[in-house]
Amino acid sequence: MTHDWPLYEVFVRTKRGLNHVHVGSLHAADDQMALRNARDVYTRRNEGVSIWVVRSDAITASSPDEKDSFFEPSGDKVYRHPTFYSLPDDVPHM
Amino acid sequence: MNDQHESVYDGLLGGDSSQWAFGTDFEDPLAGVDPTVPEGVDRAALAAYCLMLGDDALVLSHRLSEWCSNAPELEEDIALANIALDLLGQARLLLARAAVVDPSSVPALPEGSPVPDEDRLAFFREQDAFRNVRMAELPNGDFAHAIVRLLLMSSTRLALMERLRASRDQVLAAIADKSVKELAYHRDHSARWFVTLAQGTGESRRRLLSALHELWPTYDELLGAHAACDEVSAAGMGVDPTTVRVEVDVVLEQVLAAAGVERPAVAPLAAVRGRSGRDGLHTEHLGRMLAEMQVVARAHPMGRW
Repeated sequence: MTHDWPLYEVFVRTKRGLNHVHVGSLHAADDQMALRNARDVYTRRNEGVSIWVVRSDAITASSPDEKDSFFEPSGDKVYRHPTFYSLPDDVPHM
Repeated sequence: MNDQHESVYDGLLGGDSSQWAFGTDFEDPLAGVDPTVPEGVDRAALAAYCLMLGDDALVLSHRLSEWCSNAPELEEDIALANIALDLLGQARLLLARAAVVDPSSVPALPEGSPVPDEDRLAFFREQDAFRNVRMAELPNGDFAHAIVRLLLMSSTRLALMERLRASRDQVLAAIADKSVKELAYHRDHSARWFVTLAQGTGESRRRLLSALHELWPTYDELLGAHAACDEVSAAGMGVDPTTVRVEVDVVLEQVLAAAGVERPAVAPLAAVRGRSGRDGLHTEHLGRMLAEMQVVARAHPMGRW
């Protein structure tokens, strides 16, 4: 028997983390069920304190074919990096 | 950078990678709790009360574990297994407490046996010493049956545990505090499925109504009065189940209304000469379940596991 439960991507934020991290995917009938399935499947070992679920078809991803034109040009533009400033020793959090 | 992590698992490491397989920062729910048994209560009654709550959890946990690899969806398989493990944890703490309160309740094993008291109670008691409600021991039916049973038992248990947090017995209060968080999720999970099945297809609704009808006769026993409960609640250490009937009804009415389902009009399952599950009077199903559950442990009374 087949069913058409959509696929969801799951993101979890750790207790001390600042951002949600992708941990995997699962099937669910709707958004609320996806959230609860994610809690059951991906937070069994105290992995996190916050869950985001997103329908996989809502995600637009870059294509591997476009990798060269998307990402290579930024590799040789050293002037875009803030490495030519000298920081005094007593400036924190940089 | 400070708290950014490549992988969600990195955040778990306390710098010691040998801990990875077991996670980090585990909290012991009984850490810092005063284990002395308060004065002013009959020990046998208090132990019986612990066994009632513990056996409910133990027997239901075993029935839920039978769904492992049999649930309709992978995610649901894990959810039911998680719920079974939550209940097993509650059972272990409650059985251990019963053993401390009344050591004479623990089955005797050969001299030198390393089996802990709570395991002795779980695996070496006969069925007439088990104090769970009969709803817990009924064999599994279909998924709708599992959901209805979980809804009814988690709703009543949650109401009891919420009140038990105020127990004069510090250990019971701590157990109740941990249990409330787990049971809130069990009730949420089963209530959502209840509504989903009721409002789903013709078949899911038919199966749900059939399960409700089948389980309803054993519902009254969940919040039935008992002498041991009276004794323990009068001493400020337990909860008289009859006092939470109204609030549980309110919750169930909400779920039934959302599901568009009527409360069944079925008579309660009779007691036998005034005795029911709480007194060790069980259906034929418990004996068979325990035979399977206890056989390995009983084959190794000197075993260590």
